[in-house]
Amino acid sequence: MKILVCMKQVPQKDAPLKLNESGTWIREDVSYEVNEPDAYALEEALRQKEKHGGEVVVITSGPARAQQVLREALAKGADRAIHLEDAAFVGLDALNTARAFAAAIKDEQFDLIFTGLQSDDYGYAQTGVVLAELLGWPHATIIMQIEKNEGGIRVKRELEAGFFQFVDMPLPAVLTIQSGINKLRYATLIGIKQAKNKPLRKVSMSEVQSALSANLQTIERLYVPQKTKQTQFLEGPASEVAKKLVDKLRNEVRVL
Amino acid sequence: MATITALPTAKVPGGSFLIEGCPPESTFTPEDFTEQHNLIAQTAEEFVLNEIIPNIEKMEHKEPFLLRELVKKAGDLGLSAVDTPEAYGGLQMDKVTSAIIADRLARYAGFSATWGAHTCIGTLPIVYFGTEEQKKKYLPGLASGQMVGAYALSESSSASDALNCRARAELSPDGKHYILNGEKMWITNAGFADLFTVFAKVNGEKFTAFLIERSFPGFSIGAEEHKMGIRGSSTCPLILTDCKVPVENVLGEIGKGHHIAFNVLNVGRFKLGAGCVGSARYCIELSIAYAKQRKAFGKVIADFGLIREKLANMAVGIFTGEAMAYRTVGMMDAAIAGLGESYVTDMPAVRKVIDEYAIECSILKVWGSELVDFVVDEMVQIYGGYGFVEEYPAELAYRDSRVNRIFEGTNEINRLVITGFLLKRAMSGQLPLMPAIKKLMDEVLSGAAADDEGDDSFVEERKLVASAKKIGLFAAGIASQKYMQAIQDQQEIMAAIADMVIETYAMESAVLRAQKLAARNGEAESKLAIAMTRVYLAGAIERIESNARKVIAAVAEGDMLRTQMAVVRRLGKHEPFNTVGLRQDIAQRVIEAGKYVIA
Repeated sequence: MKILVCMKQVPQKDAPLKLNESGTWIREDVSYEVNEPDAYALEEALRQKEKHGGEVVVITSGPARAQQVLREALAKGADRAIHLEDAAFVGLDALNTARAFAAAIKDEQFDLIFTGLQSDDYGYAQTGVVLAELLGWPHATIIMQIEKNEGGIRVKRELEAGFFQFVDMPLPAVLTIQSGINKLRYATLIGIKQAKNKPLRKVSMSEVQSALSANLQTIERLYVPQKTKQTQFLEGPASEVAKKLVDKLRNEVRVL
Repeated sequence: MATITALPTAKVPGGSFLIEGCPPESTFTPEDFTEQHNLIAQTAEEFVLNEIIPNIEKMEHKEPFLLRELVKKAGDLGLSAVDTPEAYGGLQMDKVTSAIIADRLARYAGFSATWGAHTCIGTLPIVYFGTEEQKKKYLPGLASGQMVGAYALSESSSASDALNCRARAELSPDGKHYILNGEKMWITNAGFADLFTVFAKVNGEKFTAFLIERSFPGFSIGAEEHKMGIRGSSTCPLILTDCKVPVENVLGEIGKGHHIAFNVLNVGRFKLGAGCVGSARYCIELSIAYAKQRKAFGKVIADFGLIREKLANMAVGIFTGEAMAYRTVGMMDAAIAGLGESYVTDMPAVRKVIDEYAIECSILKVWGSELVDFVVDEMVQIYGGYGFVEEYPAELAYRDSRVNRIFEGTNEINRLVITGFLLKRAMSGQLPLMPAIKKLMDEVLSGAAADDEGDDSFVEERKLVASAKKIGLFAAGIASQKYMQAIQDQQEIMAAIADMVIETYAMESAVLRAQKLAARNGEAESKLAIAMTRVYLAGAIERIESNARKVIAAVAEGDMLRTQMAVVRRLGKHEPFNTVGLRQDIAQRVIEAGKYVIA
């Protein structure tokens, strides 16, 4: 099976975030890591390849720093990588990101495309689904398990309240993978060393520009919530405090 | 293909930092890590997080087989193969990578001591001194962690003076074996290691190394020691009772065991130094987390100046320690890269490169072990009463840290090594120390010459480093004039000179790193690094002056004493930094970040 894994570089979970000057996103000077669900998607792709043979290709978009995500994937066992390299990719909405990916892989024939369920930064959970629509492929989300069968694949989806759903799907298909469905492997030192020599194709913005249009979704303003809680101490004997309290609850907070 | 990553720079002679300036561009810093270095650091960190930390309790109680299993797991990831040539199952990567792994694995000393003994002193004697057959037979197993290595030099009555060992080896009548008798003490990994590099004297005279497999007849292991710290690791004596060692297991030449003993320790020392910095980085994280949640007088203790001062001092130490450690391995890699392709096969040449930096390796060992001891002490203090009980991590860190000042050569021995090697290199002409001292003496007598000040904002910092070098050279010059060769017997003077050398290296490394950062990211973005550098410089220059005064007071008297003290005062003259304010800023930033950061 030939599997494409879409990966994203996101700010580290515990990284303190600062807003950029225009107040539309965070500042670049933060530590980054692989988007967690994407790491599970990669692991699942590598396991499928180990079981059924084939190829694992990883793709990401973003500035030069995003390449670290691809190197890590190559070190863990992906065969080759595609990097849509431009800082401008960071600002694309899910539709445009999916269009850019679709344009970058138009000459490839994949059996499966995996994405993480959602990204830890924007959290849209849309890119994979939109990509499937653009390609005209079926998709399934929140995948917990993938079994190859005669006609295609059988996948297990996580529903609410502990329910699961099994779906039979034809190939090719797009799956969005849930975190925790497998145990992540380490990038071994030998893998890291070999990753240096694996092919990494760079795609510039101009190569995919014609597939894109203006963002349908934009972030107008990002802000840190203001702390508005205030504490007041009511003083005096209990009977007076009770009176003041009732007065406040009735006239200021208006809950009585 | 083998991998060496080095900045394109000429080889820097070991110890030359004392007399020459060093451009920041050719200094390796943690900010120069490649993508590959970062990935390796990440693998090591994940390994510690997933495999080591959850098992600490079990390791502390010496759960059977666990430690060995973890050494194997580390081997599976390639973490133990970095210094071993590819031809023998290794990865042969650069020394920066070696240091990064030592640094990142140091979170739990019980494991890192085990891993360090295995990969370093347990493996490298064969890498550097083994015959082709010995390398083929043992290195693949050691690199993969199938086999665990150990190193047996100390005895109950000889440790720092290892050459006085009593273990003996006699050739068997048929000439096929050496028969070894004696004991060895404090052998890390002894409880489960498979292969031991053991030192003994052939016929009671010729100090020689032997490779002894655990199963050799006459070889046995004594009881586990009950140690103050690193309890997760195994430490036992070895007992050799007519132990039969095949002659082909002699390592290196008969009578040349000291080459092996000392060379291998150099590598051990730079890795130990890097590991100490790694442990300190972990300790500050825990300390900050505690200080942010513990309340006193109605606010968290992280808000109090005296706690903030401790956290700032920890961060300053880590910044400086990283600068020193990676500068040193960067110099090694540059020198190894200079060997061309021959570094792949020519192990004696690689060994010589590492020998070249014996002074820097000893500096890292001493400075790093004293940094982490300082950090754990302050950590206990921040935790207060909770720091004194086992349920909290400060107690373990405090006990685990102490041995770093003892093993791999005590800090006292290493101080003597630093000054001794410098003098040796000076005498042999490898390092033009004496001309530098003479030039300084002339300069001092004629009134100080103006230095090249440059026009960037690091003028003050560079001036302080230049002052440090001058004060050190001045005091060393006066002492060597007085004692000549006999200075070797003046241990207090030797150590005071070593301390000045160590501080100079630390100061310069911090400044070079801050300069490089500022050149890359701009000064505004490097504010924190500059603040940490300044705080370090302010303390270090005072320690250097104090050591210089100590030396001069011991060797001069009367008018001469007064004149020379005046010279030290003049050389050390500087505008003080506001270290209270700087520490406040540093503390504010690391508290916000919840960990050590440089920006």
